[in-house]
Amino acid sequence: MATAALDPAHATSPKRSVLVDWLTTVDHKKIGILYGASAFIFFLIGGLEAEVIRLQLMKPDTHLVSPEFYNQLFTMHGTTMIFLAVMPISAMFFNFFVPLLIGARDVAFPRLNAMSFWVFLLGGLFINASLLMNAAPNGGWFGYAPLSSRQYSPGVNMDFWALGLQILGIASLAAGVNFFTTILNMRAPGMTLMRMPMFVWSVLVTQVLVLLSFPVITIALVMLTADRNFHASFFSYNVAGGDPMLWQHLFWVFGHPEVYILIMPAFGIVSEILPVFSRKPLFGYSAMVFSMAFIAFLGFGVWSHHMFATGMGPLADSFFSLMTMLIAIPTGVKIFNWIGTLWGGSLQFKTPLYFALGFIAMFIMGGLSGVMHAVAPADLQQTDSYFVVAHFHYVLFGGSIFSLTAGAYYWWPKMFGRMLDEGLGKVHFWLMLIGFNLTFFPMHFVGLLGMPRRIYTYPSGLGFDGYNMASTIGALTLGVGFLVFIYNVIRTWRTGAHAPADPWGGATLEWAIPSPPQEWNFAVEPTVTEKDALWAMKRAAGVKVLPEPPLVSGKGIHLPSPSWWPLFTSFGILIFMVGIMVKGETHGFPFGPISVFGVLLTAFSIFKWSYQPVDHPTSH
Amino acid sequence: MTAAVLDHDSADAHEEHPTSLRIDSRKLAIWTFIGSECLFFAALITTFVIYRNSHATGPGPKDVFEVPLVTAGTAVLLFSSFFVVMALNGAQEGNRKKLLLWLSLTVLCGCFFVGMQVYEFTGFMHKGMGYSTNLFATSFFTLTGFHGTHVAIGTLWLGTLLKDAYKGRIPPNKALNLEIAALYWHFVDVVWIIIFPVVYLMSLFAK
Repeated sequence: MATAALDPAHATSPKRSVLVDWLTTVDHKKIGILYGASAFIFFLIGGLEAEVIRLQLMKPDTHLVSPEFYNQLFTMHGTTMIFLAVMPISAMFFNFFVPLLIGARDVAFPRLNAMSFWVFLLGGLFINASLLMNAAPNGGWFGYAPLSSRQYSPGVNMDFWALGLQILGIASLAAGVNFFTTILNMRAPGMTLMRMPMFVWSVLVTQVLVLLSFPVITIALVMLTADRNFHASFFSYNVAGGDPMLWQHLFWVFGHPEVYILIMPAFGIVSEILPVFSRKPLFGYSAMVFSMAFIAFLGFGVWSHHMFATGMGPLADSFFSLMTMLIAIPTGVKIFNWIGTLWGGSLQFKTPLYFALGFIAMFIMGGLSGVMHAVAPADLQQTDSYFVVAHFHYVLFGGSIFSLTAGAYYWWPKMFGRMLDEGLGKVHFWLMLIGFNLTFFPMHFVGLLGMPRRIYTYPSGLGFDGYNMASTIGALTLGVGFLVFIYNVIRTWRTGAHAPADPWGGATLEWAIPSPPQEWNFAVEPTVTEKDALWAMKRAAGVKVLPEPPLVSGKGIHLPSPSWWPLFTSFGILIFMVGIMVKGETHGFPFGPISVFGVLLTAFSIFKWSYQPVDHPTSH
Repeated sequence: MTAAVLDHDSADAHEEHPTSLRIDSRKLAIWTFIGSECLFFAALITTFVIYRNSHATGPGPKDVFEVPLVTAGTAVLLFSSFFVVMALNGAQEGNRKKLLLWLSLTVLCGCFFVGMQVYEFTGFMHKGMGYSTNLFATSFFTLTGFHGTHVAIGTLWLGTLLKDAYKGRIPPNKALNLEIAALYWHFVDVVWIIIFPVVYLMSLFAK
């Protein structure tokens, strides 16, 4: 039987200050919370940038900010939301929930996991530090050549961008190796691949995309850095014969898989929420798995649909059009399966379900305008207009952010042991749904009327005025919605109801353990006999809700030891990159003393890390 | 059963704990990393092939490449892949002498290869081919420089293991430490087997 409830002193590592505890933690749950907290702050910064952009565009001929600062705003907004908000908020869920969902004590490489986080955080701070110097990246989030070259972007702005993304890429690749290995190798007994929760599948597919696409952007950014700092001319069209198109190809070979990296976890979260709140299993499980894998596969063969306007010729245009349209099939399969899950279900209208339903509706609309872009001749009309802005916000905000918010409401009780307020959650939902559509739906029209994206301002009399005013009001509504969320979090923190282990009647293993989970997750590794493992256990026990699991002693359980080396390694990497930027202002040998110091610190930290014992029993 | 989830009598240290795929996680991870690295080198090699003939200013492949030297380097690198297998075999058998001999030879090969590249690059500089002389030079140096960095890191890694082996820290049950490094080493070699014909031979024998 379960060991008796224990004194809470065992729940945390004693005799370590809280700060040291967090700086050296290798616990996937703490790292998940660190990811979530940092990413949410970056999300607020990116949101604030969006609000300033909308205020600048609210009326014609506005000069709220300077044109130069406006360029920085839209570049930083895109870069921040993609790399510093959606990806790391997804990473929060990967970290906290993948081990719980597969019945593991931690990820395969806990210290590498800590390093991923610190590298991400330092990279994010590095990029944002540029704002303080009034030298934020200003060449758009895809940094097209030759605009990004030293000739046309003489400041350090695009160096911050190229080197910052390089740092973030290291974090993503390390996490990619880690989670790919974790999911394949750390599953509880009986958890076969086809019994894994759909969220775990989505993470696995996401990591494959990361592993195969990030190396390409790494190389592209190396070349951009070489062009800017070491007098190379990979992308500069000059006597040497460099080709700006090479940048576009390399960037989008990464960039298109990247948009699936942003949306796959959203698919996974919604696929967890819908069955629980419909009280029936996910419809068409294996079709969902294979369509996700198929989307990922096709995702590597459609990059040039971002480049129809470059004149690639009819053959390439046709190929990439057809491949892109093909993606609508597995995507449609997923949408019908979600609807099939809801169909005939006993729907529990809680906040997570609201956001999940919002996701389905908004994502369908984004998907439909996506198919419109797949038609190359139509795309020539839409490209670089606000129509495109409308499209990708419907998939990235209406898709990813709605789903991540659903996930936040769904998993909050497990992460923090308290329930977010339902009433405020629904206020948040309606403000977000209305605000979102008010912001982005008019952009379809204003885009087709000819308003270019990234434009600083516009004269009146072009028919843009009303639409832009509506978009700005919508954006402010969205902002209010997130203020409600923040208020909800603060209130829950202080007075929220304590969450039981299984507040929603969950189907998966994380709901079998206390909220929040103890450091070792599962005192004893669970054994899985079928899909929806917890529902199976409840059926076997003949109950609807299992008895509240007691806290247990972790005595004797081996857990990975805390370590400083992941943090030091991350600083080494940051210092190396800063060294390139500082040295980049001068000629000569590419690596100055700062970079050399960064390399030495990284190498030293990795060396010490390798010889540090992996784990220790929690008994003292 | 809920009791089954919570029941807990003794700790199961995860060393004995079988993994889902019955393969060590570190081995799976290095294979995963190698898979990712393929795309890394694919992007570099593709770029080189695109810019191979962009040498309107400064020297081109035929002016600088010294095939005999690079052939020697290639041979050394290929042999090192064999040597590291012998070293691994020694580690698995618990044959310390065999392990030390073959691992030392592998590290020597790595050093020789890096030295060969430094010599080769220095020669190119003297022939007027700097990093940014033309796009052929830039993409050549970027590709082979990154490969050389990989070799250098591998040499450092194997050198560290050689130190461990010397101190008797690689008993048969820890041979995996060497096997992982060896997998990486083989990969670096395989990349060179692509680079040697694509970069050196094809550039020379192209029209």
